Amino acid sequence: MSTPPEALAAAFARLPAHPVRTAGFARFAQTGAPDRRVEAWHYSDLAAVFDAQAAPVGAPGPAALDRALALLAALPRFADAARLVLVDGHFVASLSDAAPAGATLTPFDDALARTDAAGLFAPDGLGVGDAMVGYNSAFMQGGFLAEVAAGGTATIHVAHLATGAAGACVSRLAFRLGDGAGLDLVETFDGDRTQRHAASAFALEPRARASRVAFHAEAEGTVCVETVLADLAADSEFADFGFVADRAFTRRQPFVRQRGPRAKIALGGLSLLGGRAHADATLVVEHDSTHGESREFFRHVVADEATGVYQGKVIVKPGAQKTDGSMKSNAVLLSDGASMENKPELEIFADDVVCGHGATCGALDEAELFYLRARGIPRAVAEALMLEGFAAEALDRIAFAPARGEADRRLAAWLAARAA
Amino acid sequence: MLEIKNLVAGIPGRTIVDGLSLTVKPGEVAAIMGPNGSGKSTLSYVLAGRGDYEVTSGEATLDGDDILGLDPEERAAKGLFLAFQYPVEIPGVATMTFLKAAMNAQRKTRGEPELSAPDFLRRVREAAKSLSVDPEMLKRPLNVGFSGGEKKRMEILQMALLEPRCAILDETDSGLDIDALRVVSAGVNALRGKDRAFLVITHYQRLLDHVRPDTVHVMSKGRIVTSGGPELALELEKNGYRDHVDAA
Ligand SMILES: Nc1ncnc2c1ncn2[C@@H]1O[C@H](COP(=O)(O)OP(=O)(O)OP(=O)(O)O)[C@@H](O)[C@H]1O
Ligand SMILES: [Mg+2]
Repeated sequence: MSTPPEALAAAFARLPAHPVRTAGFARFAQTGAPDRRVEAWHYSDLAAVFDAQAAPVGAPGPAALDRALALLAALPRFADAARLVLVDGHFVASLSDAAPAGATLTPFDDALARTDAAGLFAPDGLGVGDAMVGYNSAFMQGGFLAEVAAGGTATIHVAHLATGAAGACVSRLAFRLGDGAGLDLVETFDGDRTQRHAASAFALEPRARASRVAFHAEAEGTVCVETVLADLAADSEFADFGFVADRAFTRRQPFVRQRGPRAKIALGGLSLLGGRAHADATLVVEHDSTHGESREFFRHVVADEATGVYQGKVIVKPGAQKTDGSMKSNAVLLSDGASMENKPELEIFADDVVCGHGATCGALDEAELFYLRARGIPRAVAEALMLEGFAAEALDRIAFAPARGEADRRLAAWLAARAA
Repeated sequence: MLEIKNLVAGIPGRTIVDGLSLTVKPGEVAAIMGPNGSGKSTLSYVLAGRGDYEVTSGEATLDGDDILGLDPEERAAKGLFLAFQYPVEIPGVATMTFLKAAMNAQRKTRGEPELSAPDFLRRVREAAKSLSVDPEMLKRPLNVGFSGGEKKRMEILQMALLEPRCAILDETDSGLDIDALRVVSAGVNALRGKDRAFLVITHYQRLLDHVRPDTVHVMSKGRIVTSGGPELALELEKNGYRDHVDAA
């Protein structure tokens, strides 16, 4: 741990003052980027890869916009989802579709100026203890607020592009869903090598439903910290899925709170890791009301010298009776140099709950491989068949069909590249 | 076709196949019988190339070419097929996906183009019908939740689709009911021909009533101790292994 260096302190001083920023910077300043001594970061030594000199990148100039256009051309469309584009952490209206049907978009600065900004960008104080949530709050450069009115629905794709500009891409998105509103959201992370700090905050009113899928295809060497903050009122549902197939240092950290009764939480992920990739999924789910449900389902396929990390903490607060929780993390290691850290944790302070967890980690089964090979299927193809089945069970957690289709394509591409 | 000479193999620290020699000619159906634990399945695994067994000496050739130095998939590509005594369940791999991968892998080694989807489906459907394999089974993950008899039928279905040069059937009859035994035997007989050889491992005469062997070999303690014609199997059925095993 280290105190924030001069460069960051100076960058912070240049930003317009805002209570959310001030609180965030104070938290970050306590410790700086976390290292292994911080329990939640024990398996991901961010301090070792965090560039403390990297001040947030300014608004994109013409060269960055040109590069962004080229990156956009390679991105898929997700059915008729409105595509909103962030370049180096800044929302760029000129590259984006018109405001998505069913949602009201408020520019970042205007949203931050609202009196309810704190509740939108940092709902219910979620993640306040985390230094990098603090960093994100302190330095967020852009994003937007999207509101779906009661009973409305919206489908949105947010493309996060990094153009290789010096500095860090720091963004924050806020989503507010009214009573019974629905949102299908896809966020994609692509581009040139960078330090990326992205956060998405969700405030769900009763009966609202939000699904989110994040696709990571970052440049090798990129450091990406992705935070999800979700606050669920009664009978609401929130699903988040992270698909990581790159050779970056990725930390995904959902902080989710069930504040009202009968709310449902589903968190999932698939990481396909090669080279020296490092992908960490660390989540905290708090059940703070009755009859809640949470499902965590994560799978890692780890090859070469890569590392996978899963840390899941499910907290059932006193009084959160009838909570139904289930957590699973499975990993396949494809080489001797590959490694996986699995740490599922349950903290249960209510007596009438059903919660369980399971974690497995190992190589592909040799007896199964032999059976396939004895039928003439080459080892690489046999492995791909088995991995496809393993990965597809995670992808079954993606409900938004266009995102599932894209996940299937990316999985097939990864397996084909590996078998080649 | 299949020629095994003085084969010694086992697991580290233990010899299981102990100086076994056996020749199976094209067109021949050779039966291997022998007490539990005599090394029959180990022999079949060693021939198919399973990694946890070590060959310490001896040789095995298929059509004159060494197979012991080949990967399992290369042996299969040369036409070797093993119907497993205990077929492996593979959750996550769909049966049809597997069958397609196996058939296309074999076509690739023969320099043939991949099967079209309709061609593939037609072949599988025909083979399934002739072996009374319920099409619903083909929609499940490979062997997962199949009954013992269903698994054995799936093995023969795969053999029918892959049309191997040399098939080793390891206790394919065990677990089959009387009707299934008839169906499976008919499937094996349909593949008999002058260019194909079978090595049939069994404990029971009843299979050999349906699939008439040309030669019968008794295996004990890792080697062949007696060889003869079909009458040898009948004699074993009556008297047991005592006479032959003691001779070992
Ligand atoms: N992988 C292994 N590890 C340890 N022991 C083994 C292994 N494979 C075989 N054996 C041992 O070698 C011996 C021969 O086993 P094998 O399965 O080949 O016998 P078998 O003749 O096929 O018997 P059965 O008629 O019961 O099928 C047995 O004692 C068995 O326990
Ligand atoms: Mg056996």
